[in-house]
Amino acid sequence: MSNTNPLLKAWYDKETRSVIVQVIAMAVILGFFAYIINNAIINLATLGKDINFNFLWQPASYDINQHLIEYDSRSSHFTATVVGLINTVLIAIAGIILATILGFILGVMRLSNNWLTQKIAYVYIEFVRNVPVLIHILLVHGIMVNTLPRPKQSVNFGDTFFLNNRGFQSPSPDFQPLFWVVAGVFVGAIIFAFLFSRYAKKVQDETGKHYPVALINLFAIIVVPAIVYFLLGSPIAWEVPALKGFNFKGGMVIRPEFIALWLALSLYTAAFIGEIVRSGIMAVSHGQSEASHALGVSSGRTLSLVVIPQALRVIVPPLTSQYLNLTKNSSLAIAIGYMDVVATIGGISLNQTGREMECMMIVMAIYLTLSLLISSGMNWYNNRIKLVER
Amino acid sequence: MTEQTYAPGTHPDLPPPSNTVGPIHWLQVNLFSNIPNTIVSLVAIYLLAISIPAAIDWLFLKATYVGETRNDCARDGACWAFIGERLQLFIYGFYPEAERWRVDLSAIMLAVAIAAVLWERMPARGWMLIYAAVYPFIAGWLLTGGMGLTPVDTNDFGGVMLTVVIGITGIAFSLPIGILLALGRQSNLPIIKYFSIGFIEFIRGVPLITLLFVASTMLSYFLPPGSNFDLLLRVLIMVTLFASAYMAEVIRGGLQALPKGQKEAADSLGLNYWQAMRLIILPQALTISIPGIVNTFIGLYKDTSLVIIIGLLDVLGVGRASVSDTAWVGLSTEVYLFVAVFFFITCFGMARYSLHLENKLHTGHKH
Repeated sequence: MSNTNPLLKAWYDKETRSVIVQVIAMAVILGFFAYIINNAIINLATLGKDINFNFLWQPASYDINQHLIEYDSRSSHFTATVVGLINTVLIAIAGIILATILGFILGVMRLSNNWLTQKIAYVYIEFVRNVPVLIHILLVHGIMVNTLPRPKQSVNFGDTFFLNNRGFQSPSPDFQPLFWVVAGVFVGAIIFAFLFSRYAKKVQDETGKHYPVALINLFAIIVVPAIVYFLLGSPIAWEVPALKGFNFKGGMVIRPEFIALWLALSLYTAAFIGEIVRSGIMAVSHGQSEASHALGVSSGRTLSLVVIPQALRVIVPPLTSQYLNLTKNSSLAIAIGYMDVVATIGGISLNQTGREMECMMIVMAIYLTLSLLISSGMNWYNNRIKLVER
Repeated sequence: MTEQTYAPGTHPDLPPPSNTVGPIHWLQVNLFSNIPNTIVSLVAIYLLAISIPAAIDWLFLKATYVGETRNDCARDGACWAFIGERLQLFIYGFYPEAERWRVDLSAIMLAVAIAAVLWERMPARGWMLIYAAVYPFIAGWLLTGGMGLTPVDTNDFGGVMLTVVIGITGIAFSLPIGILLALGRQSNLPIIKYFSIGFIEFIRGVPLITLLFVASTMLSYFLPPGSNFDLLLRVLIMVTLFASAYMAEVIRGGLQALPKGQKEAADSLGLNYWQAMRLIILPQALTISIPGIVNTFIGLYKDTSLVIIIGLLDVLGVGRASVSDTAWVGLSTEVYLFVAVFFFITCFGMARYSLHLENKLHTGHKH
């Protein structure tokens, strides 16, 4: 009888079987990793290579055209990585902000009563999201390179801002000591605005009294520092760019690669965010705003107190994945020569040092960390706004 | 004045009041219902009126369609002449001219396979589905050669053909792997579960381009010493793994949407794990997640364009090579628009199909 066979008996027992299956799975997985790691060790030994991160401290000896921290060709590969990382973070933040604004506008346009705006938004969204983001990046970059004028024929905005094929030239600020007072006032105003909103919410929850929070906070954050700024006699000296020879000297320049990548990523992601916003707003039942109107709440406050808080619950989770996508898509910068982290450590440094393993590990670790940071930040926000069930 | 009288229920239907029908009324409701709406409409009409004629002018009226170099083209219009000159390249890449019938044959066979998958009332559908399942292998043999056919180097693959090869391979293999990963993630065996979670989250956390770099630069380190495999094959493996992680998450959504009672009912009928999954759980979970699956396919198909960064020449790659060709210098806008339209047509088609499926499967509220 097969029932008496102890092995079969063990197999028919659920607990034992799960242990057996897992041991086998573990053995297969470990075996696979052992195999490929062994291969890697043999292959590296044949080539006379080792896994070593010391190259990070050697001079990188290449230039990076956009660096927000001190960098020249004698700086180390590590500095190059940091410069690349800053550029990635910069494009991600700038892209997320612009994409969110455009996306919300598109979402509202899609729901508008106006037939024309509705259709314009529809055509835009359908075209943009069915074309790969890389084509958007190359197309925007191509249009900019082909149509922007040379520095001598720059598009001139009041002799202070200039747009040409070297980028967007703007005055650069030179901060004087008194400026830090203004900066302090500004930070103080933000802290005040934060505390005041909490206080106003508490008062409203307890007594129903409503303060014009947005107006007061806007005043505190913008007008007060502005007044202090002018009272202290404008403590920023602006260095205006000027045409010298074939190019502009002085001032700041936003490079065309950055502008192209920023616009392309934002325009692309905005199409997806537009659809997310639309479905979020449509998910709020019409009865909610009708009930709010029946209670005599004005249209504006119905929107801000009833519709938007409920729509956000539907919007935020998919919005998070769009932010993650935008950040990951920023790695396509390499196609147009914007020096992000993939282009620096994963591109030129990798080719110069021949340390593929180490460089790719660093790049992947950086992206995993960024993804983790964005999703935990958005999860925190999602937990704050989600429905509190009793 | 005579007034006609009607017996109850016999009065003929009157036409609707004239101020609630017709184009004028439509304009009133949709464009000029109130002052803000009117302002928005006027601004929109103004913007369209200045941009659309200029765009049509540039795109079609002043465009040049035939020519051999950039110099044959008018300067103030688009230059579409490159399309005719390079059409073969756009479709076949550098595939040897004498062997191109193999590409055409694979394309026809692909159309049949797709029809078998999508058309539910196809005659002998069971056999056709088996054919669709083995199609990727037949096509692989046809395209690369060997066993009686002249071998073709995969470096010669290019254009639409390469895009479709990567897209179809990714689609065909990411679905089964994705299903296994999704089941693994839901499993109550901790080792399998955490391995699946680790794999899925790792792949979803890094950009596809870093995986492609891994494929092109360091994958060979992990292979047995002395072995060498083809760059296209390495790329196909990476694209498939990448898509399966996303697929797994979509299918997990479908699995989670099923009530627990389904699994319990299967258990109480005495079905084992694989029987329960195959007969009860997966058919329902996959049906729920079809729109998500199609969206993942669209995403995968769009992502195939990334292979140009590691030097493969898909449609976009051929386009990009044309941009740097001295005979066609300065044509980037036209070339990229052309490639964009190609991707738009295919992706929009898939999106429409997914919408159609969604409507067909969304029967819950209608019955």
